[in-house]
Amino acid sequence: MNTVKVNSVLLTADGTPLKISLARAQRRSKIIAFLMVTPLLVFITIAFLVPITDMLLLSGNNEIVQRILPKTVETLQNWDETSGKLPDEIVFAAMVEEIKKAKIAKKHTRVGQRLNYESSGFSSLFRKAGRKVQKIKNPPYKEALIKSDKRWGKVETWQVIKQFSGKFTDGYYLAALDLTRDSKTGNIESLPSKDSIYLKLFLRTMLLSSLITFLTFIIGFPISYLLATIPTRISNTLIIFVLLPFWTSLLVRTTSWIALLQQEGVINDFLILVGLIGEDGRLAMIHNATGTVVAMTHILLPFMILPMFSVMKTIPPSFMRAAISLGAHPWRAFWKIYFPNTVAGIGAGSILVFIIAIGYYITPALVGGSSGTFISNRIAYHISQSLNWGLGAALGVILLGIVLAFFVLYDRIVGIDNMKLG
Amino acid sequence: MSKSDAYVSFQGVQKSYDGETLVVKDLNLDAHRGEFLTMLGPSGSGKTTCLMMLAGFETVTHGEIILDGTSINNVPPHKRNIGMVFQNYALFPHMTVNENLAFPLQVRKMSKSDIEDRVKKALDMVQLGAFGTRRPMQLSGGQQQRVAVARALVFEPKLVLMDEPLGALDKQLREQMQYEIKHIHENLEVTVVYVTHDQSEALTMSNRIAVFDDGVIQQLAAPDQLYEKPENAFVAQFIGENNTLNGKVLGLDGDICTVEVEGGEKLKALAVNIQGVGFDTMISLRPERVMVNPESGQCSSTVTGKVEELIYLGDHIRSRMNVCGHDDFIVKIPNSADHAQLQPGDTVQVGWKAEDARALDVLVS
Ligand SMILES: Nc1ncnc2c1ncn2[C@@H]1O[C@H](COP(=O)(O)OP(=O)(O)OP(=O)(O)O)[C@@H](O)[C@H]1O
Ligand SMILES: [Mg+2]
Repeated sequence: MNTVKVNSVLLTADGTPLKISLARAQRRSKIIAFLMVTPLLVFITIAFLVPITDMLLLSGNNEIVQRILPKTVETLQNWDETSGKLPDEIVFAAMVEEIKKAKIAKKHTRVGQRLNYESSGFSSLFRKAGRKVQKIKNPPYKEALIKSDKRWGKVETWQVIKQFSGKFTDGYYLAALDLTRDSKTGNIESLPSKDSIYLKLFLRTMLLSSLITFLTFIIGFPISYLLATIPTRISNTLIIFVLLPFWTSLLVRTTSWIALLQQEGVINDFLILVGLIGEDGRLAMIHNATGTVVAMTHILLPFMILPMFSVMKTIPPSFMRAAISLGAHPWRAFWKIYFPNTVAGIGAGSILVFIIAIGYYITPALVGGSSGTFISNRIAYHISQSLNWGLGAALGVILLGIVLAFFVLYDRIVGIDNMKLG
Repeated sequence: MSKSDAYVSFQGVQKSYDGETLVVKDLNLDAHRGEFLTMLGPSGSGKTTCLMMLAGFETVTHGEIILDGTSINNVPPHKRNIGMVFQNYALFPHMTVNENLAFPLQVRKMSKSDIEDRVKKALDMVQLGAFGTRRPMQLSGGQQQRVAVARALVFEPKLVLMDEPLGALDKQLREQMQYEIKHIHENLEVTVVYVTHDQSEALTMSNRIAVFDDGVIQQLAAPDQLYEKPENAFVAQFIGENNTLNGKVLGLDGDICTVEVEGGEKLKALAVNIQGVGFDTMISLRPERVMVNPESGQCSSTVTGKVEELIYLGDHIRSRMNVCGHDDFIVKIPNSADHAQLQPGDTVQVGWKAEDARALDVLVS
């Protein structure tokens, strides 16, 4: 093509700047490329981004109090909760009116339930109020409501209502971190250690996940090395055995661990047969942390082996030979030359296993008992049983945060672009 | 040369990978101290295998390899003190150039200052003094190659093995590196065993060349000997360009035999490798030894040839002719002031001296 140089802007033969005609020429292929990723984009948005955003919002959402008790909340703004006095009549009047309304819409228990997360007793308080307010016809509402239940006459009750009347709340997050806000002073304090559950659970989840990651590494490294160094024909066959777990149902694999590890199971029977333990000394290896670790190590092993294998495959055998020919003992050659070159694979495998493990649900639920459950089991409990979605969402967001933190950490240390997954 | 002169010596070495076929069949080969010995041969002829046995990465199935007077069959590779340059260089990507070079010295527990000195000296030797802190990936192919050479030499081994070290370089760089490696060899007086399947590389660099085929050394000789006096048909064909004329030995008079070639012509040739009168033979003739329209008495054999094709190559003109029924007979005509002016289709006389036509064995193909 003829190019004309005018004022240092390159022009094509017909005089349009080169950059513009290049962009025009590429526009079509850009549109096609975009069209090709559109289905994926739509899918990811619907199936991933929207639910996660929803969860993020849910974890801080506190609309319910304001929505059902709007006037009460509004009038409460003028009350000084530190004064030690009860709110004015106007607040009580609003409350009575709004509970009446909510009772008809059958929504009054929802507020009670929400506030019950923060301070137990609210659930029954609102349920009872729902029944009693119908009889309250005339002012003064204050006395009438207190007569229906003494708790309405306590300053703390109103403090809690005011504290959790905002559109947003950090209450779920505080609860998820075993913290509480003192309703009088507003200070954040940690729960006494006998009441704290979630921090322990987070800690256990991370510790067991680390242990599982470590075990998959210890078991997976020699296997990957073997697979990468034997002739391709044999390694292709052996890879099938590595992949075999992928093709069997997760449930089947987990339950077969139960059959193996339970007190009346194969391993205990064998140990008794050999005489290592007595009949009354049967080992508890399932429905506890051991069960979770064993079963999950097994399940996650391929996620460790495959990235390590694919990295080791790219290390030419001449590296070891070169190191040995330079005088290094084979062990030293392995440690100084071969091993450092596998780090990208180890990193990829570890982060993969760790991230999958930290959010694993089904296996800990089946074989974890009470000492081997993970934070995700607790999240599932709040989502499907206690129906405290806000707390479940807050726990989920914290879990997401931890995963992202590890990702960033990994990026700092190894570099994401060094990650080789296959 | 006497046996004691040999620094490296393969003695009746055989190698089989699968227990069924011999990849190396009865190899006997000596390399002298300070020699540049090249193993040259087609792909799959067992060159790398020999080198790997010498380095200790492959076991010897039978026979013995002697290094400096002692058998090294049972010496593990890391104790052999043999430098090695690999085809893909095998530079350690997670180390800088300096660290790569320091590695063999650290293994030998040298002091830090000694290591620094040696690394610097070795890098200067390959003109890469300024590149010490780079990673191998940040170097060009030629620079990586030099680092690999420097690393194989930095611990001052007496013997260096190189397995097609220039195979990955382009032609120009390869030629430049050939000279550099040759000069390094001359300066350091190390013994080099070099593997290549590029014959011009072998001819440029070597003191002696061992031509391999099918696990057997076909000929071991200095480059000029190999080119000018091939001892069998394989070597004649493999090294350089070669015209072949098949025929039957009619008579033998001292060194010179008479051969009747396929067209019925009777030619004189040097009897190098013939079984005797009455047997088939192959005459090998270098294209540059053929004279066009020779003066009478200059040649012992003269035949007519028909010019089929001419290619102008600057310093010489390559002419493909039909001679004695072969239409792939090549003649190189030097581009001298008075060279014969030919046209395709011309019929000319071509001739050569009896010593330049070598009667060899017949390749079974
Ligand atoms: N590890 C091995 N296992 C089995 N057979 C092998 C092995 N290495 C080489 N061979 C066989 O031995 C023969 C010689 O191989 P070798 O690598 O020595 O050839 P080479 O002369 O170096 O060839 P090239 O010029 O292609 O490098 C070949 O037929 C090859 O298939
Ligand atoms: Mg080879």
